[in-house]
Amino acid sequence: MNKQQYLSRLEKALSGLPADDLRERLAFYGESIDDRMEEGLSEEAAVAQLGPVEEIAAQILAETPLPALVRERIKPRGRMPVWEMVLLVLGFPLWFPLLLAAFAVLLSVYIVLWSLILCLWASELALAVSALGALAAGILSLFRGDSSNGLLAIGAGLALAGLSVFLFFGCKAASKGAVVLTGKIALWVKSLFLRKER
Amino acid sequence: MDIQLKRGLLDLCVLAAIKNEDSYGYQIIKDMKPYLEMSESTLYTILKRLEAAEQLTVRSAEHDGRLRKYYHITGAGLRRLEDFKEDWKEILAIYHFVTREGQYE
Repeated sequence: MNKQQYLSRLEKALSGLPADDLRERLAFYGESIDDRMEEGLSEEAAVAQLGPVEEIAAQILAETPLPALVRERIKPRGRMPVWEMVLLVLGFPLWFPLLLAAFAVLLSVYIVLWSLILCLWASELALAVSALGALAAGILSLFRGDSSNGLLAIGAGLALAGLSVFLFFGCKAASKGAVVLTGKIALWVKSLFLRKER
Repeated sequence: MDIQLKRGLLDLCVLAAIKNEDSYGYQIIKDMKPYLEMSESTLYTILKRLEAAEQLTVRSAEHDGRLRKYYHITGAGLRRLEDFKEDWKEILAIYHFVTREGQYE
């Protein structure tokens, strides 16, 4: 791949970035390729040293805040044709609820995900509290001389405590997974703004 | 390495690379290579951050019939490097504290 091909592929991959930012980045990569070639590297080798376009694009995408991408996406390009404006206004009752629905679906996915996590932690807390309760009740019964019931309660308390320790690690792993998933969804939403027809 | 700590150290490395004379992207990457490998994308982000913090300035100059961007350290950039020397003493003290062998009486 030569310099021109590489830069135009990079431009395509990053076309969702604000125009100034994109131009500056392309100039930066172009300069780097030129400097490598000046050192005696072939054009192909210089390009290869920069790394795959997809990798660079993914890193930049992850670093760019979503608002910047959205702003670039909705910026009007030149004057909008009249028929498009008319369509936009007439279609409002159609596209606005659809947009709202899409947003609501995404939001509910988040809420469901995090309620699951919350439920897990709630059961963990319930287990821990009942373990303590059972232990306390058992010890109290022992002091009162009711040894069979006391031992039963203490045994149950210990079992509950063990279970709650076990569940604690499960809760932690699930929370971590949810955080990772949230990040992935955010990245996916960002990529929606980058895929464009321009 | 902790991300915040690493980010700070990368800033310092870039500032150190332009401390003595103005430099350009590829030269900075080459100068740092013995110490740490940095990709173009990473360097670009750092340069932008340092420029926004006014710790360096950028100028375009002609080189061999094309434009090249040179980065120049500012007073604030130099001060940050100086501050690091003091910070480093604190970090070193923390390091000794963290890694000390247990002494139990």
